[in-house]
Amino acid sequence: MAVSPEEVRHVAWLARLRLTAHEERLFSEQLSNILAHVAKLQELDVEGIEPTFHVLKTLSNVYRPDEVRSWPELREVVQAAPQQRDGLFAVPRVLPEGEDEVSAKNEKDG
Amino acid sequence: MADAVEVVIGLEVHVELKTESKIFCACSTRFGSPPNTQVCPICLGHPGTLPVLNLKALELAVRAALALNCKVARYTKFDRKNYFYPDLPKGYQISQYDAPLAEHGWLEFRVDGRMRTARIRRVHLEEDAGKLMHDEVTGETLVDFNRCGVPLIEVVTEPDLRSPREARAFMEELRAVLQYAEVSDCRMQEGSLRCDANISLRPRGATDLGTKAEIKNLNSFRALEKALEYEVARQTRALERGERLVLETRGWDEGRQVTVPLRTKEEAHDYRYFPEPDLVPMTLDPEWVEQIRRSLPELPSQRMARFQAEYGLPAYDAGVIVASRRLADFFEECVRHYPHPKTVSNWVMGQVLGYLNSRGLEPEELNFEPERLAELLRMVDEGVISVSVAREVFEEAVSTGKSPRALVEEKGLEQLSDTGALAAVVRQVIEEHPSPVRDYRRGKVKALGFLMGQVMKKTAGKANPQLARRLLEEALATEREETP
Ligand SMILES: [Zn+2]
Repeated sequence: MAVSPEEVRHVAWLARLRLTAHEERLFSEQLSNILAHVAKLQELDVEGIEPTFHVLKTLSNVYRPDEVRSWPELREVVQAAPQQRDGLFAVPRVLPEGEDEVSAKNEKDG
Repeated sequence: MADAVEVVIGLEVHVELKTESKIFCACSTRFGSPPNTQVCPICLGHPGTLPVLNLKALELAVRAALALNCKVARYTKFDRKNYFYPDLPKGYQISQYDAPLAEHGWLEFRVDGRMRTARIRRVHLEEDAGKLMHDEVTGETLVDFNRCGVPLIEVVTEPDLRSPREARAFMEELRAVLQYAEVSDCRMQEGSLRCDANISLRPRGATDLGTKAEIKNLNSFRALEKALEYEVARQTRALERGERLVLETRGWDEGRQVTVPLRTKEEAHDYRYFPEPDLVPMTLDPEWVEQIRRSLPELPSQRMARFQAEYGLPAYDAGVIVASRRLADFFEECVRHYPHPKTVSNWVMGQVLGYLNSRGLEPEELNFEPERLAELLRMVDEGVISVSVAREVFEEAVSTGKSPRALVEEKGLEQLSDTGALAAVVRQVIEEHPSPVRDYRRGKVKALGFLMGQVMKKTAGKANPQLARRLLEEALATEREETP
């Protein structure tokens, strides 16, 4: 179960982490070891055993009624954001879908 | 080429559920409020908060799944779909991946008088994302999270649709079914019903799918059909030229009536789904699901069959009327007060729909009681007003909210049905127009039309036409005998 430095780089990019070359090698080794350790489970015979989707096997069906309650500190939660404009959260520009036809072609691989 | 090629379309439809509060928090789902006034730490993804599922959202999703003939799972759970985009404050969307709420459904719909069926692959629950706006002045992207966390179902069809028309007919039927089931308002213009389409071409008879394009931003039935028509033409042309199509996401440009390649969210297909640890799974009691099934109302296809059998409506009329639950309710209520279904259906399809279409209104926005239409139609039968006056009265009654009978009285629109008064007018017309009278008496039947016109003119259009005609014919006949 080896995890290559390329895979580490890809996963880091998906998680928006910037790693040094040293870290990429380090995590590649550590992740490989972890996966190898967990892979021991593959040796078990699980024939006829239902897959476990969730670890809380005894707890299910926790619901709330459909009742509206507005948050009392609305101003505070909105103002917790670093930047706002007229009640809207302001973030660095993301291109609206379809705005830039050229970059669509160039960015297929992300 | 057109005949040698088969069009293959599948749809992914997002439907906002009609709940009061959001799916995992108590914020309101109301549409159109000032930005970020319906948010809280849960839907804003603050650390340390925990989502709890709104039971009503689950119930509505089950209702939708049953209305679409799906098998509802006994065991279902939520998963995280991970991607970074500012419309999702958590960095992931809570959705369902490998244990969806429901699968293996189907929906029957009518296209060009033929019945077709499309299979439904799955129906699952998820949360809606926020809305992004782009400030051209500051270059910033602005985010409103009021919509973030509104409950959605995603309905995914199998690639069973074979033309843009079929795709549109399917969507129209889907909307009708979901409206009847009271699952969603399905207002496309407010975004509570949204649709993406996958479309590819393949040689007729082939089973493998061709390279598909995914079309987004289809926010009306018309846009869906037009965009798919455009894609059929574009892909056909490319294949004829021997070009290779690429798997891509395109958007419908309403202004230019073309699809254009879209810049898509990065790594769109690397979502790294994993089970949502903050929510416990759901074990659905089959008895509860059955209860929901039993509470489903009559759905459009059943109602259409009943309208044909019970009221003797032609399939076309029945189809047009049942497409909207409100319109069908209006029709039935009106027939209860005025038991002539075909007349009522003609008025509903002509005047009522005509009025709505001319003002761009939905049937839900019609502000006119069915009893009022019945009252109007009875006045026509009683000879109080003519059909053409009735049409005018309808327009006025609908826009002013006044009762048709009151309008007729107020404006003096009653037909002249007083035999004595009308006979005097007839006599006058005969005296004033000796030449057409002579023509008629010589056998030129057409001259009667001219004389009728004169009677209508003298009575400002209010003469009861049947009565006027009878009096005119009688007068012309008797006077011929008297004065040979
Ligand atoms: Zn909230």
